[in-house]
Amino acid sequence: MPVLSDSQQLTNDPDRIHAIEEKLLTAAKQAGHDSSTAFALRLALDEALRNAFTHGATDPSSQPVDVSWTVESSRVTIVINDHGPGFDPDAIADPTADENIERPCGRGLLLMRAYMTSVSHNKSGNTVTMRYEPGGG
Amino acid sequence: MASVESRLRVQTEDDITRIEFVDRNILDEGNIQQIGDEILQIIDSADRPKLLICFSNVEHLSSAALGTLITINKRIRDKGGQLRLTDIDPQIYEVFVITKLNKLFQIHATIDEGLASFES
Repeated sequence: MPVLSDSQQLTNDPDRIHAIEEKLLTAAKQAGHDSSTAFALRLALDEALRNAFTHGATDPSSQPVDVSWTVESSRVTIVINDHGPGFDPDAIADPTADENIERPCGRGLLLMRAYMTSVSHNKSGNTVTMRYEPGGG
Repeated sequence: MASVESRLRVQTEDDITRIEFVDRNILDEGNIQQIGDEILQIIDSADRPKLLICFSNVEHLSSAALGTLITINKRIRDKGGQLRLTDIDPQIYEVFVITKLNKLFQIHATIDEGLASFES
């Protein structure tokens, strides 16, 4: 099975975001990944892009967000660079804590970590790498 | 100015308003905002609103949609109303469990169970 990959620059355009999500899911299906993988990938990619545009590339005149992904039968890797100032992922408040449960935001990273096998950020926090391995927990 | 098409199907019977979503994927921020605005208008137009939101048509939703549901829940509570969520797909229900929002909302398997759970 060949490795499928793509790389794009995105602005905060819902249609283009939807298109890249669909392209990733089509590649995942071609590589033999099942519907639960598709659910996880769509959710994690959507949350990561939302974070990129909400917290990273917030200025419409700023650089577009770089999105790249690689799909193999045994793993999927997604990398997103928002070229923004970055953040400390370890400093994010726990959205499941009682005092935070009714906050309307702050759950994206939790969901990315729950559905991906691994989620890591570069030192400045403006690039996230998500890896998914079926059965990888 | 063209009117914006509703993202909801709304039905009111007795004093309970049932809402279903037009969209299968509740991911787009613009749609989520519109959904929130529409539902908040429904809540604000009733004294002690009883609202049932059916997720039978929904295949995906984002954390932003969860945030909107939280806002809706708070508004209903402030008005002394009641909210029920029903027909949530197991994969989406898992999202509620991971975020512990299954403890915040009253969630039922079916519309009938949700309707029966309202206090008069």
